[in-house]
Amino acid sequence: MTENIKIKVKDFDFYYGDNLALKKVNVDIYRNKVLGIIGPSGCGKSTFLRSLNRMNDVITGTRAEGDVLLEGKNIYDPDVDVVDIRRRVGMVFQKSNPFPKSIFENVANGLRINGVRDKNFISDKVENSLKGAALWDEVKYRLNHNAFDLSGGQQQRLCIARALAVEPEVVLMDEPASALDPTATLKIEELIQELKKNYTIAIVTHNMQQAARVSDYTAFFMLGELVEYDETSKMFTNPSKKITEEYITGRFG
Amino acid sequence: MNNRTIEQRTGFILLSLFFLIVLAIIIVIFVDIISKGFSVISWEFLTQPPRKGMTQGGIFPAIVGTFMVTVMTAVLAVPLGMGCAIYLNEYANDNKLTRLIRMSIRNLSGVPSIVYGLFGVVIFVQLMRFGTCILSAGFTLGLMTLPWTITASEEALKNVPQSYRDGSLALGATKWQAIKTNVLPYAVPGMLTGTILGLARAAGETAPILFTGAAFFLPFLPKSIFDQFMALPYHLYIMATQHHDIEMVRPIAYGTALVLIVLVLSMNLFAIILRYRLRKVRKE
Repeated sequence: MTENIKIKVKDFDFYYGDNLALKKVNVDIYRNKVLGIIGPSGCGKSTFLRSLNRMNDVITGTRAEGDVLLEGKNIYDPDVDVVDIRRRVGMVFQKSNPFPKSIFENVANGLRINGVRDKNFISDKVENSLKGAALWDEVKYRLNHNAFDLSGGQQQRLCIARALAVEPEVVLMDEPASALDPTATLKIEELIQELKKNYTIAIVTHNMQQAARVSDYTAFFMLGELVEYDETSKMFTNPSKKITEEYITGRFG
Repeated sequence: MNNRTIEQRTGFILLSLFFLIVLAIIIVIFVDIISKGFSVISWEFLTQPPRKGMTQGGIFPAIVGTFMVTVMTAVLAVPLGMGCAIYLNEYANDNKLTRLIRMSIRNLSGVPSIVYGLFGVVIFVQLMRFGTCILSAGFTLGLMTLPWTITASEEALKNVPQSYRDGSLALGATKWQAIKTNVLPYAVPGMLTGTILGLARAAGETAPILFTGAAFFLPFLPKSIFDQFMALPYHLYIMATQHHDIEMVRPIAYGTALVLIVLVLSMNLFAIILRYRLRKVRKE
């Protein structure tokens, strides 16, 4: 099964200053599968997600120990270009954060950053990415409108399209639907099912039903430790630890 | 009437009174300058050099001199100030040292302008051997403007949401690309506005140019940045206190004051319009 592992996290520790936020985490993220990451607030699940594309580097005073192997290569090795990692491992944030540009330019931004100049290529890529994010039909006649004119759910799908445009291998999503209404949430969830055909996905969620619906594997974090990691079907029907069951059934958290 | 109502009414009356006093002061200043200065404003006044021991003629060299020295101020203050702000806000770690540096920069804006003048003499006129000239005076004013430019630019950068930077980095942008494409375009209006306000203030300063390049009287215009120049604030100072017949040239002093005020106000107005325009563009 090793060749199906996209990202292997091995004995991973993460510090904010002296504060140990993740302790000896071991997770395998499988190719073309969805990993759901659950746990109470402050348990380190967002920290874990942001460790997978080194977005935590942005915060001063952070330190990582252990391995995050992307296709077998530790992304924390000194010879690794963090910019390249972030292109390969895309990210969608909790609060949709389109740039104050046109819809078209939002999606094209990543391509331009990566040095693409070919106009035809860019417009094809923008169209495909918007289609990939199930947004094309809603915006195809107003690509030059400002992204802020879109609804919250559309903005979040635009951010997904923006991430897809640079052809990442993995897409990380940090509670992508937490600010959305049920209809918009459902659209995002359907989209995730569609996306996993081509991408490996890791998604942080507070919503147990959502984790059960969209993920193939689930990782349950508490107080910086990985409590349990298993196939979602097993975890939600027959968890091996009592505390997992208590959290999943909503007895705390 | 109960106590609360009385308190409320007296409070309101007192506060409006303070406001009216301030308003009255401003109006008196403006009315005074405009009423006494407007009569001497003419095409000749704006386009001719002073004549007959500066008792007649215009203030053209002073207008040109102020314009040139302000451009020189911008040459130093704009790139240095913006660059410094970008470094401080985007690159520098937030530690004791940078906090100290930031505090020092803020405090620099409180240093009396005459001190900058003295510093300019020592550094630009003597040490760097520029002599008393537009370059020395402009750079001195530039140094004085730096804290304003840096502070305003830093505020403008702070107002750009962190999510723009994160979003950009997550697409594989380098730090500089993120700043260039998704931070600066939204910060530049604020940066420019703060800078122009700083420049407008510099244009009206006398003390820093007093020893560094401003001339009492020049019958001709400066030919290069290494020439001395006349400037509106300095000319006003001379007309108001140093002239041999102060009473006689009083109208010219008022006219100079009016031109200076109009110049500074139009720079401020330009800054406001610029900010408004750029904001509108950004929203579209």
